[in-house]
Amino acid sequence: MMIQLLLLWLSFIAPSAESNKVQTISLEQLQSSTIQNNDTLYVVNFWATWCKPCVAEMPYFEEANTKFASQKVKVVFVSLNYPRELAAVDKFVKQKKIQSTAYLLDAGTPNSWIDKIEKEWGGSIPATILYKNGKKVFFREGEFTQIELDSIIKTKIQ
Amino acid sequence: MKKLMFLSAVILLLSSFKPEAGYKVGDKAIDFSLKNVDDKMMSLADLKDAKGYIIVFTCNHCPFSIKYEDRINALDKKYKKLGYPVVAINPNDASQHGSDDFEGMKTRAKEKKFSFPYLHDESQAIATAYGAARTPHVYIVERGAAGNTVKYIGAIDDNSDNAKQVKEKYVENAVDALLAGKAVSPDFTKAIGCTIKWKK
Repeated sequence: MMIQLLLLWLSFIAPSAESNKVQTISLEQLQSSTIQNNDTLYVVNFWATWCKPCVAEMPYFEEANTKFASQKVKVVFVSLNYPRELAAVDKFVKQKKIQSTAYLLDAGTPNSWIDKIEKEWGGSIPATILYKNGKKVFFREGEFTQIELDSIIKTKIQ
Repeated sequence: MKKLMFLSAVILLLSSFKPEAGYKVGDKAIDFSLKNVDDKMMSLADLKDAKGYIIVFTCNHCPFSIKYEDRINALDKKYKKLGYPVVAINPNDASQHGSDDFEGMKTRAKEKKFSFPYLHDESQAIATAYGAARTPHVYIVERGAAGNTVKYIGAIDDNSDNAKQVKEKYVENAVDALLAGKAVSPDFTKAIGCTIKWKK
């Protein structure tokens, strides 16, 4: 009973106290949480704090996440900073007031996992991949404008 | 009108793609004439004793390029005397990152005491021909009677963050294999890097 009460209390307190804390994620965890057999469109954006074009396009993804929220669209930011930079990434995400889900990928040497995400991907960022119904529906290595991002999302949610 | 709409749709589609073709391992690689940080034009053929070249597309501002500067210097020191000198090329459009301009290259080469040429691919024609996509991006080419042949494309090693924790030195292994007359394996690797800043 005490434990249930404690859990109840935590469920009220925890989300507000720790809003959008960036956590590390393995490749398997990332793929199982975004390549799902449901009709939600997962918009997965790979970025890093040091990447100028990545940081420039983040507000477009934030905007899309809000704008299309009622249409089963979920933006997921995946930082490719080094795992030891987790605190700095977390601070950055808080400073930028990012509301979308944000992770830091901890998957070892990139040569072993880039192809598992996308064979066409050479490894430069920003890179964005869209999943729906358990499948990749779009990939781009390079940046977006707000108009481009919105129009891709619109065509994929239909 | 329909035709026009179709045409503009095609153009829109095409314009969203970046140059991606480039070389694969086994392809012939073109030589070039690019300006070095000593203000002189330089070609691969100028390095007359070379058996091949470690061509590194890199730049001044990218954190990954900076992390690899010492390792690129070490590669040149180790392999120039064995016939595989480093030739670094900066293809970035400086209007997108001011420090990537030719003056910035001179400063960087001086500060880090580059022992290798650092060339400016101002027109981006060479990066486009080779298919370089990120910095740093390495192409090892072997010099032969029939021209230069690409033998390896990819990363320098498997740990950009910490040189001491590297497990696989891709470029060293590739050059060692070439010097020993063996097949290069792996001959293609990927790494996270900065996008090459293409002119808009």
